[in-house]
Amino acid sequence: MSRIIIHQEHVDNFQDILQVCPFNALERKGDEIRVNAACKLCKVCTKKFPDVFELVLVEGPTVDKKAWRGVVVWVEHDGKVVHPVTYELLGKARDLAAVIDHPVYCLLVGCNVGNMPDSLFKKGADEVFVYDDHAFKDFRIEPYAAAFEHFINEIHPSTILVGGTTIGRSLAPRVAARFRTGLTADCTKLEMQPSTDLDQIRPAFGGNIMAHIRTPNHRPQFATVRYKIFNEREACDPPNHPKIHCHSIDKNKLKSAIKVLETREKPKVKSLEEADTIIVAGRGVKKKEDLEMVEDLAKLLDAELATTRPLIEAGWADPLAQIGLSGRTVKPELIITCGVSGSVQFRAGMNGSGCIIAINTDENAPIFDIAHLGVVGDLYEIIPCLIDMIKNHVNEKC
Amino acid sequence: MPRSPHIITCIKQVPGSTEVEIDDNGSLIRNAVAAKMNPFDLFAIETSLRLKEQNGATVTAITMGPPRAELILREAFMMGVDEGVLLTDRRFAGSDVLATAWTISQGILSLAPYDLVICGRQTTDGDTAQVGAEMAEFLGIPHVTNVRAILSSSDESITVEVDLPGAIQVACLHFPCLITVEKDIFQPRLPSFRRKLATRDKQVKVLCLDDLPDTDEKHYGLLGSPTKVQRVYPPRRDVTKEIVHGDPQTLAERLFHELEGRKFLQ
Ligand SMILES: Cc1cc2nc3c(=O)[nH]c(=O)nc-3n(C[C@H](O)[C@H](O)[C@H](O)COP(=O)(O)OP(=O)(O)OC[C@H]3O[C@@H](n4cnc5c(N)ncnc54)[C@H](O)[C@@H]3O)c2cc1C
Ligand SMILES: Cc1cc2nc3c(=O)[nH]c(=O)nc-3n(C[C@H](O)[C@H](O)[C@H](O)COP(=O)(O)OP(=O)(O)OC[C@H]3O[C@@H](n4cnc5c(N)ncnc54)[C@H](O)[C@@H]3O)c2cc1C
Repeated sequence: MSRIIIHQEHVDNFQDILQVCPFNALERKGDEIRVNAACKLCKVCTKKFPDVFELVLVEGPTVDKKAWRGVVVWVEHDGKVVHPVTYELLGKARDLAAVIDHPVYCLLVGCNVGNMPDSLFKKGADEVFVYDDHAFKDFRIEPYAAAFEHFINEIHPSTILVGGTTIGRSLAPRVAARFRTGLTADCTKLEMQPSTDLDQIRPAFGGNIMAHIRTPNHRPQFATVRYKIFNEREACDPPNHPKIHCHSIDKNKLKSAIKVLETREKPKVKSLEEADTIIVAGRGVKKKEDLEMVEDLAKLLDAELATTRPLIEAGWADPLAQIGLSGRTVKPELIITCGVSGSVQFRAGMNGSGCIIAINTDENAPIFDIAHLGVVGDLYEIIPCLIDMIKNHVNEKC
Repeated sequence: MPRSPHIITCIKQVPGSTEVEIDDNGSLIRNAVAAKMNPFDLFAIETSLRLKEQNGATVTAITMGPPRAELILREAFMMGVDEGVLLTDRRFAGSDVLATAWTISQGILSLAPYDLVICGRQTTDGDTAQVGAEMAEFLGIPHVTNVRAILSSSDESITVEVDLPGAIQVACLHFPCLITVEKDIFQPRLPSFRRKLATRDKQVKVLCLDDLPDTDEKHYGLLGSPTKVQRVYPPRRDVTKEIVHGDPQTLAERLFHELEGRKFLQ
C-alpha cells in the first residue's frame, strides 16, 4: 500500500495547497495539513508540490486486527419500518460475534427514525449508532456514505454486514472502496475464524459455482447478504439501559449532487418474470370457476397466478400468464404446479425455478421428474386443506 | 460553443456460457466456451446510444480484460459506439472488484473530460454488481444504481428513474456522474453489418499499467485486491427429490411445513 506523507515545514501557502487536491482530500487542522479518507492516491499533489507531499510505499498491506472490534449490521428501512433482512443479519451477527467475543452494533441512518432502535435491541443488537438528519430522508449516496465513513472512523469495527437490497448494494461498495477494503457480494454462508477473518461463501456464474472468499489483510471486512438467507432470532428482552449513540456529521458532508424530484410507491403488479413465487394451474383444473381456488392460494402466498397453454387457449386467463416455450420464461424462488403434466414445452419455461412443488394425481406425470417435492393427490382435496392451514397460521400470528 | 457530452460505457467480456468447469486443482476453466459481451452491458451501450442520438454525445466504450476482449469493443463499434479503449496488462490479472474498479477509473481519468459513465447492472460471471459504485467512489462523482428509465438529459444533467426496494425514485444527477442501468431499460439494437465494414480498420486504443495516471503496481491485479478467493467448487445440489403419497390432510400438512420451512409464509 502507498500513502501520502506531508512535510509540514515546507507548507507556506495553505490556500494553494488545500486546493490542489481534485478530491478534497486535504484538510487544515490548526497549523497542519492532513489527508483524509477521500484521498485516491492520484498524486496530483506530489507532482504540484513535490517539497510538501511525498508518496511512500509501504510493503504489502498489514492490519492490526486487534484494533478493529465489533460486528456491525447496517439497518435497512423505508423510513418507517425496519426491513426484516436486518433482523436476519442480526441473528447471524450474534453467532459470528460470539466466536471472537466482539459486540454487535447496528448502524441506523435516516430521518426521524424514532423508536426503530427498540426492535433492534430485541433482535440482538448490543449498541445502536444513530445518524438522524433531514438530509437522510431520501437515499442519496453522498450523505449516506459520509455517515457510514464517520461511523467506521469513530468505531473501527471488524466486520460489516449489509442487506443485499438495492440500497445496500449501492452503498456497501461505495464505502468499501472509500476504505480500500474487500466486499464479498451475496454471501450465502458466513463463519468467523478466531483470527477475526470472516469465511464468506457465495455463488457466482449464475449459481453454477461457489466461491470461498476471505479479506485477510484489510479491515473492516464487508459482506452483503440477500433477504431470506439467514434466520431471525427469537425476540429477547431489550436491555434496561439500551446503549444508543446519536451522532451527527459536518453539514458540508450532507450535500449531494443528486436531487430527488419524486419518490412514489411502486405499483404492486409484478410481471411473472419478476415474481418470487408463482402458482400454476394446468388442465387438472376442470372448470374456469375452479381457478378461483388456485387464485386464493396464490393470494395467501403473495404469489402470481400462471397457467399452461391449454387454459389460455380455452380463454380462461390472459395470454401474458402463460408459462412455457411459447409463453414466459420464469425463474421464481418457488413454483407450485397444480394439475400440470409437465410437457417439454412447459418445462422449458420454468425449469430454472429455485424450488418446484408439483401436485398431480398421476404419479407418472413427467412434472415429477423435475419436482423437488412431488405430491401425488387430488388438487381439489389438497388445496382447500392447505388454504385453511395457512389462514389459521396467519390468524395465530396476529 | 459548449462541447457535446462525453459518455463512457463500461463493458466486460464474459464466458459464452455460465456452465463452467472446474479442474482438479479447483481452478476455473473459462476457455471452454467462446467468450461474449456481458449481456447486461448491451443495455448500457443501448442507453448511451439513445443519449447520443438525442444530444449528440460522443460515446467511448472501455473494457478491462485480456487482449482478445478487443472483440467486444468491435461489437460495440458495430452498434454505433464512437471509440473503444482496452485496458490490458498482465499485472491486472487476478483483480477483485476493488482492483477492477481502480483500474477502470484510472482509464476513465485518462480519457477526461467526461460527463457520464454508464455500467451494466451486473456481469454473468463474477456477478457482484459492485464495480459501478466502487468506480464512482474512485472518480469522486455521485452515482445511482438500478436505473430503469431515462426521463431527460441535458448538457449538464440527467434525470432518471431508480428502482428502489419499495419505491420508484426520480432523481436528477449533475454531470459528471455514474449510473448503472437495469436490464430492459431499452431494447438493445443488433450490430449492423454496414457498420462492421465501416469500422473494420478502426483502431482500438490500448492502455497498459504504465499509461495510467497511477503507476503503482500494488494497486492493481492480485496485489491490489483485498478479497482473496480461497477456493471455488461446484454447488452441492442438495435439492432432495421427494415424492409423497397419502391422504389429503397429510399431504396438505406436508406442503404446509415445506412452505413454512422455506420461509414462504408471511
Ligand atoms: C410448439 C408448441 C409450443 C407449446 N408451448 C407451450 C407453452 O408455452 N406452455 C404450455 O404450457 N404448453 C405449451 N405447449 C403445449 C404442451 O405440449 C402441453 O400440451 C401442455 O403444456 C399441457 O398442459 P397441462 O399440463 O395443463 O395439461 P395436461 O397435459 O392435460 O395435464 C393435466 C395434468 O393434470 C393432472 N390432473 C388431472 N386431474 C387432476 C386433479 N384433480 N388433481 C391433480 N392433478 C390432476 C393429470 O394427471 C395431468 O398430468 C406447446 C405445444 C407445442 C406443440
Ligand atoms: C467466483 C467468483 C466470485 C467472486 N466474488 C467476488 C466478491 O465477492 N468480491 C470481489 O471483490 N470480487 C469477487 N470476484 C472478482 C470479480 O468478479 C472480478 O473482480 C471482476 O473483475 C469484477 O466484478 P464483476 O464481474 O462481479 O462485475 P460487476 O460488478 O457485476 O459488473 C457491473 C458492471 O461493471 C462493469 N464492469 C465490470 N467488470 C468490467 C471490466 N472488466 N471492464 C469494463 N467494465 C466492467 C460493467 O458495466 C458491468 O456490467 C469474484 C470472482 C469469481 C470468479
